[in-house]
Amino acid sequence: MKKHLISAADLSRDDAVLVLDTAEELARLADRPIKKLPTLRGRTVVNLFFEDSTRTRISFEAAAKRLSADVINFSAKGSSVSKGETLKDTALTLEAMGADAVVVRHGASGAPHRLAHSGWIGGSVVNAGDGTHEHPTQALLDAYTMRRHLAGGAGALDGRRITIVGDVLHSRVARSNVLLLATLGAEVTLVAPPTLLPVGVETWPCSISYDLDAPLATSDAVMMLRVQRERMNAAFFPSTAEYSRRYGLDVRRAALLPEHAIVMHPGPMNRGMEIAADVADGPRSVIVEQVANGVSVRMAVLYLLLGGSESAIGSADTTEGAAA
Amino acid sequence: MSPEVSPEAPSGVAPASGADGKTVLDAADVQRALTRIAHEILERTKSSPDLVLLGIPTRGVPLARRLAERIDAVEGREVPVGSLDITMYRDDLRLRPARTLERTEIPAGGVDGKLVVLVDDVLFSGRTVRSALTALDDVGRPSSVQLAVLVDRGHRELPIRADYVGKNLPTSLTETVRVNLAEHDGVDAVLIGHEGQEEAR
Repeated sequence: MKKHLISAADLSRDDAVLVLDTAEELARLADRPIKKLPTLRGRTVVNLFFEDSTRTRISFEAAAKRLSADVINFSAKGSSVSKGETLKDTALTLEAMGADAVVVRHGASGAPHRLAHSGWIGGSVVNAGDGTHEHPTQALLDAYTMRRHLAGGAGALDGRRITIVGDVLHSRVARSNVLLLATLGAEVTLVAPPTLLPVGVETWPCSISYDLDAPLATSDAVMMLRVQRERMNAAFFPSTAEYSRRYGLDVRRAALLPEHAIVMHPGPMNRGMEIAADVADGPRSVIVEQVANGVSVRMAVLYLLLGGSESAIGSADTTEGAAA
Repeated sequence: MSPEVSPEAPSGVAPASGADGKTVLDAADVQRALTRIAHEILERTKSSPDLVLLGIPTRGVPLARRLAERIDAVEGREVPVGSLDITMYRDDLRLRPARTLERTEIPAGGVDGKLVVLVDDVLFSGRTVRSALTALDDVGRPSSVQLAVLVDRGHRELPIRADYVGKNLPTSLTETVRVNLAEHDGVDAVLIGHEGQEEAR
């Protein structure tokens, strides 16, 4: 039985298109006087955030509330976690409170997987970003934004050329995007200095370039990744000025893009570093729209995981006796 | 399952019996029923300028559009038509895996103070209509709400009745009623079958 959303690879092409189609209908709710649906009334969604996050947590909270779920926000700061409580004990506490879904962000790659498959909790687990591993709902909202601009808001993204630029090594957004976009039929090119590409990237379903100018002319969308200085404990490039010169999206580079191309960034941005302020605020930029789309996409995910008798999307629960 | 009735089938022909069951209304019968409902709506609402037709997906939507066309043909005015998806308001959501959402499209003028006629293909338990009334609550406050259905097959589980009925079709609970419409199924027909065949709402 499908139950969790841990990785973008959990989603088949049909699953992914179903999420996007559902989000498309839910987005229309924003135009209505009452932006709320009764669908998850009486269900409890716990936002379990071990890492700081504003947009993702607020986005999940808004999504759950618009579906009438009860939302419990749990952040590691000011909780028993700071007193040394383990993930397991935290999970057992949540289970005792009757959480139907746990939205988890954790600094350690694999924490949501552990939570989902350990038998500690009975509800669905949604990965809201784990370490440098994955962030599937971000990939879904990116794909949704691309589909709206590049594919008329329907179907998949077959043949669309997407260029993802920057700190792939530390980016859970890049990994989830590559997996999901490949599932949806897009052609992805990763652009980064060799030091910021993970080991094994050649096995990913995408092509790789060390030069940013070349792929821009044929890109339908370019996604700039944040340089994650908080995760950098070594020198990955000589200087920020050099990085910015070679891999930053400045006004000159943005002019190389085709007329219809869009500029994306998962946020938070380092203006002047990976993206110039003029480009981030320019007419091609859909960065603010990405945030707005996040709520619709997360509503779709929560509805499809929790709305029916069983989940319509996602990965199976492999814990023994999980059906109980 | 594909419909067994050919589009050319003239009315009055002996009901075809096939995998989908017995044809109880053929294309011409459906046309006539809709024309009558359109006239009844005009009569009952005294050609109210506030009339809005809202179809319940999937087959209520083309039915609402056809009623609007007929009203336009009679009165020469455009009646606002929309659709109202009730999926998120169903009381049986948790009995099946999460369903695909349909489109909700409220006409530009909204529904506040309007005379809304909900349109659906089959009236059965009444639960769909109850869900539609709840959904309508979140969209606005009509001055009144009426219900038009192509087929009323009985077996109500809630105190709900239709204001306009194309055909009253007494059925047993083991029977299924299926409405085929040209927009979705290639041809208009209403069929009665037996359990195990595709179920109609």
